[in-house]
Amino acid sequence: MIQIRGWLAVVRKELTIYFSTPIFYITGFFFLLLAGYFFYTNVVYYSIISFQAAQQASNPQIAAQLNPLQMVFRPLFAVLGIILLFLVPFITMRLMAEEKRSGTAELLFTYPLTDWAVISGKFGAALLIYLILLAFTATYPLVLSLITRVDWGALGAGYLGLVLLGAACLSLGLFASSLTENQIVAGVVAFALLLLFWIIGWVQELGAGNLGKVFQYLSLLDHYENFTRGVIDTRDLVYCLSFIYFFLFLTKRQLESRRWRA
Amino acid sequence: MQTMIEVQDLTKYYGPQLAVSRLDFQVAAGEIVGFLGPNGAGKTTTLKILAGFLAPSAGTARINGYDCVTDSLAVRRSLGYVPENVAIYPDLTVTQFLRFAARAKGVAAKAETGEVDRVVAACGLEEVRGKLVGALSKGFRQRLGLAQALINQPPLLIMDEPTIGLDPSQIVEIRQLIKNLEGAHTVMLSSHILPEVSQLCHRVIIINRGQIVASDTPENLSRQLGQGSRVLMTVAGPDDEVTAALAAISGVNRVLGQGEGNYLVEADHGVELRPQLARMVVERGWQLLELKSQEFTLEEVFINLVTEETTEDES
Repeated sequence: MIQIRGWLAVVRKELTIYFSTPIFYITGFFFLLLAGYFFYTNVVYYSIISFQAAQQASNPQIAAQLNPLQMVFRPLFAVLGIILLFLVPFITMRLMAEEKRSGTAELLFTYPLTDWAVISGKFGAALLIYLILLAFTATYPLVLSLITRVDWGALGAGYLGLVLLGAACLSLGLFASSLTENQIVAGVVAFALLLLFWIIGWVQELGAGNLGKVFQYLSLLDHYENFTRGVIDTRDLVYCLSFIYFFLFLTKRQLESRRWRA
Repeated sequence: MQTMIEVQDLTKYYGPQLAVSRLDFQVAAGEIVGFLGPNGAGKTTTLKILAGFLAPSAGTARINGYDCVTDSLAVRRSLGYVPENVAIYPDLTVTQFLRFAARAKGVAAKAETGEVDRVVAACGLEEVRGKLVGALSKGFRQRLGLAQALINQPPLLIMDEPTIGLDPSQIVEIRQLIKNLEGAHTVMLSSHILPEVSQLCHRVIIINRGQIVASDTPENLSRQLGQGSRVLMTVAGPDDEVTAALAAISGVNRVLGQGEGNYLVEADHGVELRPQLARMVVERGWQLLELKSQEFTLEEVFINLVTEETTEDES
């Protein structure tokens, strides 16, 4: 019971810090600027193609491809995935590194909080920040639904993918932040590892056999793509959740080792 | 009496470097104990282990009956810790931070506001409640450090150099705050400022190079370890003759002339010189203006202990 309160204490503290520093507002502003830009261009492109298809009405196959999910949201999800690679390190790099650098860790870790309460509290706050940003993008399908039919089920799957992908990236970013006292180093490490997990599946295309399959399974991109297609596969869910758990676990180990090495 | 801190064979290595070596001591509930030593003696390391921030390399430390490693949460629930140069989130306001501390320490939701108000009043933080921690002066930040430690009324308070970096008036304020804690809490504080320790503490543990070199009340330390007794006297008379006459008295080890008729006479421990000194001055026809026995200050004891250790090591 006390640890739920402790967890909430950490979440509220982190959120207060997010909202009282510029990081949240600046990353949020540029995230939404970029997302809005891509949404807008996708919609414009979609309307041009649709207009042409309607005029010609010659190719039913092309016409069948023309729906907002395929033409607007799948490309948008793909772009948002990439933006996440850049965005997440900025959200997470402060979390652990700054506590160590400024010395506030000394107070935090002498409070009667379990390591899990601290880690999951910080993770929870970062996730909430991310969800707030994501919630703003929900206005796009709402706007679009005024003028065309939107497949809410498939869109929901895409958003689920985006939430899970974001959570996975945040857990990795949190781990990177626990490795160092330097925010910049934490950010660089997070970005490099995220990029690696993003593109690791490309090995498959080099024909690397079974090992390639393993790498492909490890790739964030591959699992995310299934969600953006509107497919919720247990394998993808399991992958994302174990990815998150794995990095939170590594973070916990990293914190424990501090007590011994220091 | 109940034991609050029990340390046995406590040892801590940072990599190959030995920071604390086989420390043994106990602190009874209600005591105010000063932990004294030069910089780098291992004070902070020991306090960090007690506070559950670091794990010892060997040995055990128990607080309130709980082991610092295996029962870390219970230990942390029984203490308030004020780190050296206490660092607090600069982006939170004083109230926000204290609320966080109260929640983190498991203060019940209903009691939260009351508890925050209590420590704010106890530490004189009313006028800065709404200010960002980053904008506080050093004195207020130190008080805030003390305030967060007091939340949830822990039986033990551990303070690492609570007055370091403060100006004299702030130091007096913080000392007064610590004095007010007497009775309600057991306090263990580290310092390298001797007068502070002798003013505040019931008992002093002197540590050098990771080892305890002495542990007693400030008065006993000055008495026992001050090597010999001393008399300070003021005599109106010819300087050279007075010095020679004083040195000639049996039992006197050394006479230090301090100018303007002041002399410091040193003898072996337990030797009472004052009657002889007074008689000699009167017999010679000089005037005795002042005569008093002087105790060795803790500062001198400390320097003696610490330098003795060093010379022993070197030889």
